[in-house]
Amino acid sequence: MKALEESSWSPYAVGAGVGVLSWFTFLSARKALGVTTAFEGTAAALARNVAPGLTGVNEYLATVEEPPKLDWELMLNAGIVLGSFLSARASGDKGGHTVPRRWSRRFGPAASTRYAGAFVGGAAAMFGARMARGCTSGHGISGNLQLAGSSALFTPIMGLSAVVVARALFGRGRRK
Amino acid sequence: MRVDPVGKLALGLGTGVVFGVLLQKGRVAKYDVIVDQLLFRDNTVAKVMGTAVAVGAAGVYALVQSGRAKLDVKPLKVGGIVGGAGLFGAGIAVLGYCPGTSLAAVGEGRRDALAGTLGMLAGAGLFVRAYPRIKPLLEAGDYGKTTLPSATRTSPWAWIAGIATAVALGALAPSATARRPRGILGRMGGRSRSSGA
Repeated sequence: MKALEESSWSPYAVGAGVGVLSWFTFLSARKALGVTTAFEGTAAALARNVAPGLTGVNEYLATVEEPPKLDWELMLNAGIVLGSFLSARASGDKGGHTVPRRWSRRFGPAASTRYAGAFVGGAAAMFGARMARGCTSGHGISGNLQLAGSSALFTPIMGLSAVVVARALFGRGRRK
Repeated sequence: MRVDPVGKLALGLGTGVVFGVLLQKGRVAKYDVIVDQLLFRDNTVAKVMGTAVAVGAAGVYALVQSGRAKLDVKPLKVGGIVGGAGLFGAGIAVLGYCPGTSLAAVGEGRRDALAGTLGMLAGAGLFVRAYPRIKPLLEAGDYGKTTLPSATRTSPWAWIAGIATAVALGALAPSATARRPRGILGRMGGRSRSSGA
């Protein structure tokens, strides 16, 4: 597997690979690639086992259409971590900077600031993804490749919002 | 909690491993690549996603039309989609990863992505907490599991041809955004260059 030792592949080859992987998921699991549904299920399961009263999880379970389950998609998420780990190891692509260059230029080199930002950004992104029932994978790739109306609405709004916020955070002083 | 059969769980894991390898090799599990896409300085993410959609659509619609697969689309509920997409976009701009690439970045050993993934779990918990109350907002403007071809009574193949053409044109166009902020020279160039095509 010489190809695994390369540090990167052409984005077109990778995109085609993801496309073909989608054919496979439809054939093998009758599902489209998606990441965030499993986060909702995991959060609900944790809430039910740790603090059902405090989290109001029973009210959630009574309202939701499908109860969460330990399924294909949760294992898909575990697989993404594992696959990326194996790929990075095979090519010697180490994690590198704890605080990304662009972030540190804007917010300083402190790791704690970056972690806090990533945590808050992650929480907002996930809350939004669950409102919309999909993320960059579920809508951006899987929904769009099915020509879904929901994804055709999601994608431009997501893109616009992300571009506006990224410009507000990192675009300043970069344009003359 | 209901559990899928072991075979299906293993299938999910194997599919995830392949997806993770692809995301890592595609460099889309990297903070700089994602933020540079949002600033239109690097089109790697658009190339990966566009190609995935074009290739995926052709195969999936062929499978559906030959009766070997069924579509698995999310309903178009305007309230949830508009509000969710806006919040999601803002969140990934701060995080610098999206949910799938954040998991891949964790595999790559990036600690900020681990913080982001824990944040995502917290966000999912908040959603569970809020769901019963915000459900009416999320369900507002429900058009069901509609697709562009079904809503417009057109052939899916016209849409797929359109997407494939757009991706091909993007690939062939002399790329004003093919600036590679990699390496010392690239980085210095990136700093001193004025913007614009």
